[in-house]
Amino acid sequence: MSDEKKLILQASDVSIVFGGLRAVSDFNMNLHQGELVGLIGPNGAGKTTVFNMLSGVYTPTSGEITFWDRHGKVHVVNKKSPAALNKIGIARTFQNIRLFGNLTVADNVRIAMHAQRKVSPFDVLFRTPRFFRDELMMTLRVESLLSLFNMKKKGDALAKNLPYGEQRKLEIARALAAKPTLLLLDEPAAGMNPQETKELMESIAAIRKQFKVTILLIEHDMKLVMGICERLFVLDYGRIIAQGTPQEVVSNPQVIKAYLGEDAAV
Amino acid sequence: MKNKFYRNTAILGAIAFVAVFVPTLLIKLDVINAYTAQIITLGGINAIMALSVNIVCGITGQLSLGQAGFEAIGAYSVILLTQNLGIPLPVSMVLAALIAAFFGFLIGFPTLKLEGDYLAIVTLAFGEIIRVVLVNQKGITGGPNGKQFPTILSTDFVWGPALSYLVIVGVLVAIIILLQNFIRSTYGRAILAVREDEIAANSNGVSVFRYKMVGFVVASFVGGIGGALYAPFIGFIKPDLASFNNSINDLIFVVLGGMGSVTGSVLAAFVLTYLQEFLRFLQNYRLLFYPVILILVMLFRPQGLLGMKELSFIRSIELVQHIKRVRAMQREKAGAKQANETEGAAEK
Repeated sequence: MSDEKKLILQASDVSIVFGGLRAVSDFNMNLHQGELVGLIGPNGAGKTTVFNMLSGVYTPTSGEITFWDRHGKVHVVNKKSPAALNKIGIARTFQNIRLFGNLTVADNVRIAMHAQRKVSPFDVLFRTPRFFRDELMMTLRVESLLSLFNMKKKGDALAKNLPYGEQRKLEIARALAAKPTLLLLDEPAAGMNPQETKELMESIAAIRKQFKVTILLIEHDMKLVMGICERLFVLDYGRIIAQGTPQEVVSNPQVIKAYLGEDAAV
Repeated sequence: MKNKFYRNTAILGAIAFVAVFVPTLLIKLDVINAYTAQIITLGGINAIMALSVNIVCGITGQLSLGQAGFEAIGAYSVILLTQNLGIPLPVSMVLAALIAAFFGFLIGFPTLKLEGDYLAIVTLAFGEIIRVVLVNQKGITGGPNGKQFPTILSTDFVWGPALSYLVIVGVLVAIIILLQNFIRSTYGRAILAVREDEIAANSNGVSVFRYKMVGFVVASFVGGIGGALYAPFIGFIKPDLASFNNSINDLIFVVLGGMGSVTGSVLAAFVLTYLQEFLRFLQNYRLLFYPVILILVMLFRPQGLLGMKELSFIRSIELVQHIKRVRAMQREKAGAKQANETEGAAEK
């Protein structure tokens, strides 16, 4: 099935070494347009390191990551800065929430639209009509993005004053503001209760349909991703130990071993 | 919403107009004496320098300890351009600010790529280098004796004080307006994003290096303007202008007024400049008094007097209107109650 779909991201033999530690080795991954894929694994398996390489925060020691943008143009991810990658369509959220705490919720989202600005510094300094048009457009988009998570009324609150769950949602809204084609979500449900998690997973599935965006999702609780992900990659000690549909993955003895230990697998 | 915008612009425009022209008139008519006028105008220059520091430290989130270096570059440039090249004063003021901005670019280029407080060390060294160069290049800068720069602003007793105030506070107001327009735009938000979280800003499409650079160069430009106004106003400058002491003085305005608050740092600059003069009756003890004020503020209000907030005329007007409305409602309620009671009494 996935062969018919267009490839959007390809990582081939990607490794990264910190000092003497091989955090991720020989990582291979193909993502296709519109997929919802999970990257799972125990704590410390290297999931966030993979994300940091895909989003340009880290440069891989070896291997190559290729990304096809919305116009089908090929980009090599390896040496691009996170800002440049964001412009071509890779947006991400952070496991340890990184919002602009002292700015308002609406401004947090607006900042991610900076690359789409139509104004010049002159428009801004002298408040030309184009400035007001641009700001109005941004405000409308901010409202529609916030209303995805029922946060439309919180636009003027400071981001640091939001409850934890809403801060996570704001991160997703902010990532979507950049109009990405690939969305990387790093443990979006961390710290949420089961009910909140279920709702969040449903809205993630809805977002994928509405924005026609490919989503790669990190989660270390396997149960959560079983329901919504089409494919799963399981990472342990920096290596992919299994991949395939959720059903294939849960019955894989190596996965059981990684999650539950040697004895359970026997 | 548009109506509100026009109304607010009209109110702020009127306030700016009054702030610039009414004192000018009062100074011209000798209601405000020349000595006080001199202090207020110096406060204006200090406010410009405070804004310069605030753009780096409060808004871009970097620490600069050499902002006076840019002031000195602006001041010496304006003298050299006018005296040696014969360029008219207003033009050379703009050129001097551009020269300062260029120096900001040169210093920022290698340092702003690094994470951490490297800028503080480099700017500290920069200020000292400028001072030492100014002391030693006697042929061009006049060395430690400084340079005379007689202009209409400094020598004319009839027009000087009023004109100085008009020019300097006029420029200050223009800077504040343009700066506020800039901060409340997508560019300003990008710079604030860099201040808040560099990694998150970078991952959201804001080039961290570029916007740190924009902030630093704009700050250098504003610092250059401060110097370019200082030289013709005082009429005499010395290399000490670039000293560490002077940089720290500018930093104090911002720390006291509130990092990131434009109104806070401008107010603090005016108040502290006036305080320094006001406290002269304490003789040398005033040097003791000043740090005590600082320590008290840092103890009881470490984020500065205004913190990151802005003092807003519009919001205070709206607040007053809101209070009036609430009072009117209370009065109405009270009136209705009284009427009810009297009615009740009448029935009995």
